[in-house]
Amino acid sequence: MADTGAPLIEVKNLGVRLNTSRGPAQAVRGVSFALRRGETLGLVGESGCGKSVTALALIGLLPDSAVISGSIRLEGAELVGLPDAAYCKLRGNRISMIFQEPMTALNPMHTIGHQVAEPLRRHTGVSATEARQEAIALLDRVGLPDAAKRVDAYPHQFSGGQRQRITIAMALACQPDVLIADEPTTALDVTIQGQILDLIADLVAERGMSMILISHDLGVIAENVERMMVMYGGTVVESGTTDAVFTRMGHPYTQGLFRARPRLGARKGTRLTTIAGTVPELADLPAGCTFADRCAIVEGRCRAALPAVVDVGAAHGVRCIRTDVSMAVGGVGA
Amino acid sequence: MTVLAQSQPAPATPLLEVKDLAQRYTLPRESLFKPAAQVHALNGVTARVIPGKSLGVVGESGSGKSTFARLVMALERPTSGTVCLLGRDLNRMPPDELRHARRDFQMVFQDPYGSLDPRQTVARIVAEPLTALGRIDRGSLRERVATVLRQVGLRDADMDKFPHEFSGGQRQRIAIARALITQPKLIVADEPVSALDVSVQAQVLNLMQDLQDEFGLSYILISHDLAVVDLLCDEIAVMYLGRIVEQGRPAELFAHSAHPYTRALLDAVPRARAGGVRRRRGAQAIGSQASAAAGCPYAPRCPLADQHCREAAPGLRSVGDAHLAACHYAEAVMALPPVVAEAG
Repeated sequence: MADTGAPLIEVKNLGVRLNTSRGPAQAVRGVSFALRRGETLGLVGESGCGKSVTALALIGLLPDSAVISGSIRLEGAELVGLPDAAYCKLRGNRISMIFQEPMTALNPMHTIGHQVAEPLRRHTGVSATEARQEAIALLDRVGLPDAAKRVDAYPHQFSGGQRQRITIAMALACQPDVLIADEPTTALDVTIQGQILDLIADLVAERGMSMILISHDLGVIAENVERMMVMYGGTVVESGTTDAVFTRMGHPYTQGLFRARPRLGARKGTRLTTIAGTVPELADLPAGCTFADRCAIVEGRCRAALPAVVDVGAAHGVRCIRTDVSMAVGGVGA
Repeated sequence: MTVLAQSQPAPATPLLEVKDLAQRYTLPRESLFKPAAQVHALNGVTARVIPGKSLGVVGESGSGKSTFARLVMALERPTSGTVCLLGRDLNRMPPDELRHARRDFQMVFQDPYGSLDPRQTVARIVAEPLTALGRIDRGSLRERVATVLRQVGLRDADMDKFPHEFSGGQRQRIAIARALITQPKLIVADEPVSALDVSVQAQVLNLMQDLQDEFGLSYILISHDLAVVDLLCDEIAVMYLGRIVEQGRPAELFAHSAHPYTRALLDAVPRARAGGVRRRRGAQAIGSQASAAAGCPYAPRCPLADQHCREAAPGLRSVGDAHLAACHYAEAVMALPPVVAEAG
């Protein structure tokens, strides 16, 4: 499945401007990446960093008022500016998405069989009976017990983990090329999280999909993707192979995120190292480095312009002009 | 059964004392001729919280931890058992007295989207526990709201906004501000930080520690995140299918887990470090709350289970200093090498 040729999906200099109640906000700036078939990419960051907006831009679900710049190419075909009707043919067919909340992602009024069969009916033109058979097979593949019996049940009759399995079955129905998993396990228990991530990993390997995994959990990212991008304030502040980033964290924000996590063994009374300040509002981002206001090693020139990406080694890029300092002091990669 | 009481010289009235709490929910009738099935959400839980100390409750969804929280908050009446706050049984109090007693125990809910009224301003939402207690003039109310909003890392200017203008993380801060405003003695927090971002989570956890130090608050922290509970709590209860299966101090509990379920939970935590390869977890059958089968409820998922486990349910027993576990083979489990802790 390792197709070393052209990338399956290629995003270049993606920018998204959203209209918010506080005026236009540049939610995503200059995001570029390329994924070949079978590759996995993780997006880490906090809420409002633009990771979900990036995902929604890929799948064409941004509000009409959003202004998208740059380019998103799926096997060479440009997706930015694609009319809605054409996007509908792709969505759920070649690009599909697993959402965070399995309860809200499922329609409570329809049976799960109907919902899993819907993309098949819409995109492949199979008959209702065939779609139902296929839906049962899919539900069975994602590990739903008694799939054939429970295909006519409604979402509320399932547990959170089972519901997430159902949304995975929906996302996979048409054998998509690109799978976007937006915090697929955030709403689930740790033990179930492991099972769901195992399932997604198996399916990605089995079907040769490219996967973009969005998560705020560094542990989930470390264990599940080959490459990762850390986003902050709409820009990618650090990117590289997961191993490289975890070994040598270059950006003060990545280091801060890593240090801020509570970890087992930290006894009561241990103070967590927080990142000072709050996430800036997208409507009024600082002019220079978006992290400048919260950074411990900020200096005057950080605020002058958005720093360029500094290559710090094997395809490991850090958007910081002070990597000499951050990477010297920041031995947090452990 | 309480652990903290033993390590403290004759504590005054415990802040909270829960005895043999059981809660059953009746499922919709499926057949006219059979009695309706019941879910045993809680099966005899006993716990105690000393003022200023915190109890962490961990377990998967369906383990009864949220039911436990709702009963402690007197949001539901238990099928049996008692919940006493400062020596007074919450379920025997007249409604008006209970309403006033609620000043002392507040709750932070799990879902920051469902727990805030979308049609009220933040100021009204946060002030509501105070206004429910009695009249208070508008000026000092707004001042109080501004103070708690700042304490949880929000701006004064956020007061007149509506919940939809905030991110999930900020909404949870609003919910925490609402719980803080009556200066309660006990805060029951049901997954308070699971919806928050990592850096915000750290701020909120530090804030919760600060508040505890400052006001001598107690928390009952319900979480699936073992690291969070480890950080904030003096005692941890691990729940499985409505029972406490292991209870003890965090250091002891994690270093020498005496119940296979605690080990499974520890093992499932993804490790944030380089070279993280996918560790396969064996598929685990999901236990049913409805079946009241004999034997250990964890036996179907337990790698160590044998015939004895399937026949006789283990009771909670002492396996060490201030350490209880409900497993026939607790000593053997404790002798296993500890689950690899996270580096760093």
